[in-house]
Formats: sequence, structure tokens, C-alpha cells
Amino acid sequence: MKTKELLLDPIVKNNPIALQVLGICSALAVTSQLKQAVIMGVAVALVTGLSSMMVSLIRNQIPNSIRIIVQMTVAASAVIVADQILKAFVYDVSKQMSVYIGLIITNCIVMGRMEGFAMKNSPVSSFLDGVGNGLGYAVLLIFVGVIRELFGSGKLFGFSILPLTTEGGWYQSNGLLLLPPSAFFIIGLIIWGLRTWKPDQVEKE
Amino acid sequence: MFEEYLSLFVKSVFIENMALAFFLGMCTFLALSKKVDTAIGLGIAVVVVQLVTVPANNLVFNYLLKPGALAWAGLPDTDLSFLGLISYIGIIAAIVQILEMVLDKYVPSLYNALGIFLPLITVNCAIMGGSLFMVERGYNFGQSVVYGAGSGFGWALALVALAGIREKMAYSDVPAGLRGLGITFITVGLMAIVFMAFAGIQL
Repeated sequence: MKTKELLLDPIVKNNPIALQVLGICSALAVTSQLKQAVIMGVAVALVTGLSSMMVSLIRNQIPNSIRIIVQMTVAASAVIVADQILKAFVYDVSKQMSVYIGLIITNCIVMGRMEGFAMKNSPVSSFLDGVGNGLGYAVLLIFVGVIRELFGSGKLFGFSILPLTTEGGWYQSNGLLLLPPSAFFIIGLIIWGLRTWKPDQVEKE
Repeated sequence: MFEEYLSLFVKSVFIENMALAFFLGMCTFLALSKKVDTAIGLGIAVVVVQLVTVPANNLVFNYLLKPGALAWAGLPDTDLSFLGLISYIGIIAAIVQILEMVLDKYVPSLYNALGIFLPLITVNCAIMGGSLFMVERGYNFGQSVVYGAGSGFGWALALVALAGIREKMAYSDVPAGLRGLGITFITVGLMAIVFMAFAGIQL
């Protein structure tokens, strides 16, 4: 497969969240602020890329019976690195995101790409595939993050965009968007939009 | 003492519901909630695994990883907490494996009922999340047992409730693009709002 396809296909055509239903847990929890969403997206893209590459490098040495454990150890090591980096450089954000960084280990995107792609392909294309899927995840995350922060508190990255009525502006903020359930609604509607745009993704029952 | 545990249990089941307030274990939550029967099987498996792994990880954290935890081995200055993530996931994987073998040997009926769900639980983030929350909040051993049971039960409750709704929803006329995943998300959102009503409860 070509580099461009490996990187770009997962973003719209085969989006890991909207179509494959992978890795939704953290997608919902960290999107109430755009900053967290961006950091989470970047972290997942790097972890998926690096761990896919590492698994692909040792794919011929892994005994089939213990491959899940090996993959998990590789993913856990990559996540520990990401966690330590975040703690070192953006400590307050990593505190706010609490357990969700650690939960990248069990993010199904990471496991899914290692099991489904990296075990059969060369390190370079596995890395690209991992980063591509991570980016597909990041794009959706950032999209939800923009909607929630802009309309929920009138800000983006903490800067005021729509001046709130409580601060003398004109925008009446929508408090629901800051609450957890709104993430479900937004992702549900995004899926609806994507599937209306690309009808071949509609589920048959 | 008893009241404290009871309040922790109720809190972890309803107010801090793993699935609806923290969005943990969503992949399995959405994928396996089509039928009530499977949902109950998976729910039981999660409760059992959570009840064992959270206290086990509590012991590991307190006696091996915490800063100064290795004092009993003569290493009072060691801080291994950066190894946390990899140890918890290792322990969860190992315990699920052991549980699978024990159930296969002694309770084959339950083993057959749980089937494929048991190994899948290793990658369920509700399990991992339970251990991480336990560490972050600094629960002691007793609290971690109660928290494990409560969080597992809360997750199972939400799963079975969603499966019930989805079984009924099979008869409704959902717009084509929303069918399946889309409408499930919106249903879960509504359920999450309902569970938020518990948020004001003080025990």
C-alpha cells in the first residue's frame, strides 16, 4: 500500500472511532477542553505508531500463543514513556487527564492495529498505519473538543472566543456541553453525518 | 466503618458509574449490548474480575511500587511507581488467565457461560481504570475490595440496562444513518443524564 493511503485512509474512509468503534472510552472523557483533546490525540497517535513499529520489528520472533501478552507489554512500555513525558512537560494537564493517559494501554485502537496490521507488515508501513489511525482518532477528538469547549464555555484553548453573558458579553453558554453525556450525543450525531455522507458505512441488520 | 464502606459502594455503583460517568469499557459496552443474555454473562465476568484485580493491584502498589514501599526489603529510598502501568496490566492479564483455568476446572458451567468474554476482559478499560482510580485515590485494602465490587457491579448494571433498551429498540423505525452505532450512542447519552440524577446524593 502507498504511504499516503496508509496515513489518510483511517481519517475519513475508515475512521477508527466512527466506523470501527474502537477506543471510544477516552474519546469521550477528555474532550470537554480542546487542549486535553489535542494532547490526547497526539499521545495516542505516537503510542500507536511506535508500538506498531516495535511489534512489527519483532513479529517473526513472537510465539503465536503469547502474542497478546507481548503486544500488551510493548504498548504499556510506550504508554509509560508518553506518561513520563507529559508529566515532565505539561504537568497540570497530565494531572487533569488523570487515569486516561494510562488507559491508552487498553485503548482498542492500539491493540487492534498491532494485532490486525503490525503482525503482518513491515516496520515502516506499520508505523505509518499506526500514526494514521491515531490521527483519525485525533481528528474526531479535536472536532468534538472544539464543539464542546466553544459552545460549552465560549472558549478555545482557554481563550475567550464568544464572550459569555456572565462576563458582560452576549453568549449564553450551553452547560450541557460541559457535562459527560453531551459527548455521546455529539459522537452519535457525527456518526449519523458521516454515514449519510458515505452511505456504504450504514450498518445492515 | 460499615457505613463508610456502604457509602463507597453506593457511590461507585451509581454516582461514579464506570460506564456512564467515566466512559470506561465503552468498546465492549457498545459491542456486546445487543442481547440481555450475553450482557448478563459479561456483567458477571466483569464483577468477578474487578473484585479480584483491584485488591491485588492495591497490594502490589502498597508493598512494591509506592515510594518507600520496599522498606521491608531494605530499600527505603526506592520509588518504582513509574512501573505502575505495566505491572497492573500484567497482573490483570495473569489473574484473568488464572481465573479462566480455575473456573474451567471447578465451575465448568460458569466457564461455559462466560466463554469468549473472559479473555476479552483483559483489554477492557473498566478493569484497568478501576485499578488506576484505586491508586490515584489512595484507597486502603478494605476500601479497594468494596470499590472493586461496586465499580464492577455498576458497569454490569449499565450494560444490562442498555441491552434491555436495545432489545426493545429493534422494533423502532430508526433513520438509516443512525441505525446501529449512532442511535446506541444517543441512547447511552440519555442513560448518562439519568444517572447524573444520583450526583446530588450524600450518604
